[in-house]
Amino acid sequence: MRWGVIVFPGSCDDHDVYDCLKLVLKQKVEFLWHKDRLPAGLDCVVLPGGFSYGDYLRCGAMGRFSPIMGDVVEFAARGGLVLGICNGFQILCESGLLPGALVRNASLQFVCKPVYLRVEETDTPFTAAAKKGQLLRLPVKHGEGCYFADAATLERLKENRQVLLRYVDAKGRPTASANPNGSLDNIAGVCNEGRNVFGLMPHPEDATEKILGSEDGLKIFSSIISSLSKPEKKVSAG
Amino acid sequence: MRAKIFISFKNGVLDPQGKAVERSLHTLGYQEVRDVRMGKYLEIELDAASREAAEARLREMCDKLLANPVIEDYRFEIET
Repeated sequence: MRWGVIVFPGSCDDHDVYDCLKLVLKQKVEFLWHKDRLPAGLDCVVLPGGFSYGDYLRCGAMGRFSPIMGDVVEFAARGGLVLGICNGFQILCESGLLPGALVRNASLQFVCKPVYLRVEETDTPFTAAAKKGQLLRLPVKHGEGCYFADAATLERLKENRQVLLRYVDAKGRPTASANPNGSLDNIAGVCNEGRNVFGLMPHPEDATEKILGSEDGLKIFSSIISSLSKPEKKVSAG
Repeated sequence: MRAKIFISFKNGVLDPQGKAVERSLHTLGYQEVRDVRMGKYLEIELDAASREAAEARLREMCDKLLANPVIEDYRFEIET
């Protein structure tokens, strides 16, 4: 399968995703400059972490208007897989591809530490290789990762089972102390109704080799790879 | 024309910066202070044929970029 990693001005985890896909997972992967068009034939587009446009105005507010984002919206509408990590998640929320918004951490502090995530749903291309309730140990590193949605949106998210990851403690309980940023309902990652767009604040690409302290991030990428290897699930980017 | 745009968090959205400022004011002895909310303020110079035209354009700018309707409300004043 063929991956594209979008590079916005201010992206800084683009190489982390690229290296994890290329060197660890031996995937075909290319960088896509935000001013270019989305090439045909991609299977999955990744919006990486970082500080696109310096986080000016609001995180992701300007990244969503980068020229390539029009193509990403179309790609997603055709069922293409889109993964947004950290700043990528913020951009997907700003662009309306995902519900809700990410605001300043409740602590007002930048958090940089490993956290536990509980996999809440496995009927998505991003979590299919995990078991429901499985815990993943992934790092977070952000200042504005507090997930917010209004009551009606939260209700819809629950009804459609769009919350894919929650912050939990080592025993898998979604407690307040296990919540690194004050996110509503301990939400760490959500997908769209079509289940082909996924955004999360933690960084699976930084937990893909033993030397990094955890290999749990591979669950996310191997889910995507195995979902797309099934021929009936294959989406042509046209 | 010159427009002043005020952007603030909707009710129900956490505003930890406002809370921190409130605590600081209390520490300084301003016990009468309650419910501090922080927002953004922009001044914009723009050309428009009429006040109504400017209002329509400003609303568009706020809806598209300057405010995020999921978390923020906005209002503006126009000086001619």
